[in-house]
Amino acid sequence: MSPLPQSGMSAPHAAGHGEAGFWRAYVFSTDHKTIAKQYLAWGLFWTVVGGLLTVPMRWQLAWPGSDVPGWGVVGASEYNVLVTMHGTIMVFFVAMPILLGAFGNFLIPLMVGARDMAFPRLNMLSIWVFGLASLVLLVSFFVPGGAASAGWTGYPPLSGKVEYTGSNWGLTLWLLAHALEFAAFLMGGVNFLTTALTLRAPGMTLMRMPLAVWHQLAATLIFLLSVGPLIAGAVMLLLDRLIGTRFYVPGSGGDPLLWQHLFWFFGHPEVYVLLLPPVGFVCEVLPVFSRKPIFGYRWILWATGGVVGLSFIVWAHHMFVSGMDPRLAMPFSISTILISVPVAWVLFAMIATLWRGSISFETPMLFALGFIAMFVFGGLTGIFNGSAPVDIYLRGTYFVVAHFHYTLFSSTVFGAFAGFYYWFPKMFGRMLSEPLGKLHFWLTVVFFNLTFFLMHNIGLAGMARRTADPRPFEMLQPHQWINEWATVASFLLLAAQIPFVVNVIRSLVAGAPAPVNPWQASTLEWSVASPPPHLNWGEALPVVERGPYEYSVPGESQDWLPQRRPLATGA
Amino acid sequence: MVNWMRWFPENVSTYGGDVDSVFALIYWVGLVWFVITLGTFGVFLVLYRRRQGRRAFYITGEPLRQATWILVPIAVVLLLDLWIDWRGAPAWAKVKGQSPPAELTIQVTGRQFVWEVVYPGPDGKFGTGDDRQFSNEIHVPVGRPVRLVLKAGDVVHSLFAPNLRFKQDMVPGRLTGGWFEATKPGKYELLCAELCGISHSLMNGWLYVHPPEEYQAWVKQQWPAARAAAERSPR
Repeated sequence: MSPLPQSGMSAPHAAGHGEAGFWRAYVFSTDHKTIAKQYLAWGLFWTVVGGLLTVPMRWQLAWPGSDVPGWGVVGASEYNVLVTMHGTIMVFFVAMPILLGAFGNFLIPLMVGARDMAFPRLNMLSIWVFGLASLVLLVSFFVPGGAASAGWTGYPPLSGKVEYTGSNWGLTLWLLAHALEFAAFLMGGVNFLTTALTLRAPGMTLMRMPLAVWHQLAATLIFLLSVGPLIAGAVMLLLDRLIGTRFYVPGSGGDPLLWQHLFWFFGHPEVYVLLLPPVGFVCEVLPVFSRKPIFGYRWILWATGGVVGLSFIVWAHHMFVSGMDPRLAMPFSISTILISVPVAWVLFAMIATLWRGSISFETPMLFALGFIAMFVFGGLTGIFNGSAPVDIYLRGTYFVVAHFHYTLFSSTVFGAFAGFYYWFPKMFGRMLSEPLGKLHFWLTVVFFNLTFFLMHNIGLAGMARRTADPRPFEMLQPHQWINEWATVASFLLLAAQIPFVVNVIRSLVAGAPAPVNPWQASTLEWSVASPPPHLNWGEALPVVERGPYEYSVPGESQDWLPQRRPLATGA
Repeated sequence: MVNWMRWFPENVSTYGGDVDSVFALIYWVGLVWFVITLGTFGVFLVLYRRRQGRRAFYITGEPLRQATWILVPIAVVLLLDLWIDWRGAPAWAKVKGQSPPAELTIQVTGRQFVWEVVYPGPDGKFGTGDDRQFSNEIHVPVGRPVRLVLKAGDVVHSLFAPNLRFKQDMVPGRLTGGWFEATKPGKYELLCAELCGISHSLMNGWLYVHPPEEYQAWVKQQWPAARAAAERSPR
């Protein structure tokens, strides 16, 4: 902080607490807030890449075989690269770094009243390893043979041998990038759990911890417990590719289905890793903008615990028709559909929070409400896929594509934007423009639905996902208008992000300075300057005297009570 | 647009109706829940929008009495889940369980990027001289159960016959299979539903469902030498 003039901000920059020098403050920083911004920067960079990859993809589906302006004709092999890298980037290099890397790092120490993460240097190592993973993935686009093209799920034998896909080093680097990223998030995860469990401020009992923190912990726990098998699986695939082992090669004791089990044992819990942090954000935003406690704090924790537990016993619903024993299908179908119980619980609790509230519709609230509406829909379409007999038809069709965009887009985009608009003033010390934010929300919600809704229909009509060219299929010919429609809508969805970009740049350059607590929120992070100083709390740690959602308490003159006990300054 | 049942291609298998009816059950249950949930949500947003001089109620939702507002709907969700499972299990068993005794067994091997369809010929045995192989076309008689033996030559493929509601992955090194009984003569599209490489979307084919006489004619045309034998043999 020291290179900046400390203008106006009354942060208690106690001498020696500021990190010295540009490199130490912005590049090799151990400050959790700087690391959060570094994760955010990487995440936003990859959002642009992953988003733009959809342009040639969608163009090819709408007008197959025609020239994409500035790109050329998308070949089948190129299409497979696009579809693979779009999935990989969005899940592992956008959602993970933004939802966990940026928000987890920023929020956990501030919300539990710690000065930093438990292991600040490990945290710095985490972002640097993630940076390395990003560079490896970036390089993989430019090696001979192109980037990985075996789908984001990388099923062997397709991913096991160069001659099956044409990607040589591209696929190997893709595996390496995953391994590095998992290492980065393992380090981050250790920090998240340790910090929240051991560095809470006086009075911050576990049952006073904000739900945003709880959901970061739940997501971290799922990640830590599920990633091991996938790392083992990825190492075996790497060895198959590089030194000729035969873990997934049939005929010599290997089995391609082994990968599918290892991948999905991680892959399905992973979707809850991506869902739970935004659920946490929304649980923070709803009480603040309806001036009411969250409905059933402890019940929500139990429900989230249920999601964590169930997430480990549903993975084979991705494999109903994979060739595994068909008798396994119904047990996995039942456990999968049962997940609707805890998830519906959380969603109903969110809706019940609105009941008899005093709701105002600022941008963070709009995105939180958008999350609820879209996720209810995405959750319901999941039941079709979870039902084993119905999934015989739906597996591998565009219905699945539509379903997971309704769930993942609602959590990682609507949920993340709810969090972003809400905490941006704290993170950057500036207010965002409300009109631009509202414009961004409405354009996004409209074009999101226009892009993805009819993908359900074309999937039911028989269109398979990862189809590089719809022309050979006679049954799709009457429905080609849907592909054109979705393409145009997807371009407009991308364009709908322009108000967001303008808003952020405008705010960083000339936005109004953010007050300490612009939303009149109770949790700890809103009791320090925006942005918080290095080591967060000045001389003394905050003392916590109540739960995180004490809004509209009867008999109190103001409609919110801060978690933090006021400083005994005599004022 | 919203009535999803109308978007399926025509069902022409004996078990397709079971799959479709489970789909329809989930559709109606889901639609009703969606309308109730989002309706409540919308009503709350309107009723409890911020107004001058009105304060929110302090309701924590912690006591059991308040949580009942959620416990009851959740109990209903659980019952509906179990209903869907209850209706799903027999449909799954019908499609993927034991296949009925079939007169005709066909072996289909997925290979980048072709379906190799092998008939055992009049002797009913694979690996004998009268086997015949076709590319990307399957011919079957209407109204007869057909057994499929599925293999993969290189990578994972998935045989998808939308009109039959049939899909099954083909995995290298592992025998998979299935069965179907077509109910209506015609020509139906087949496609690969698992990314299998560069020309994945060119890996399609046709299922020809013939009326009995037409199928016999096709058989005679394909195995002319064995015609006499085929006519005598019960197979």
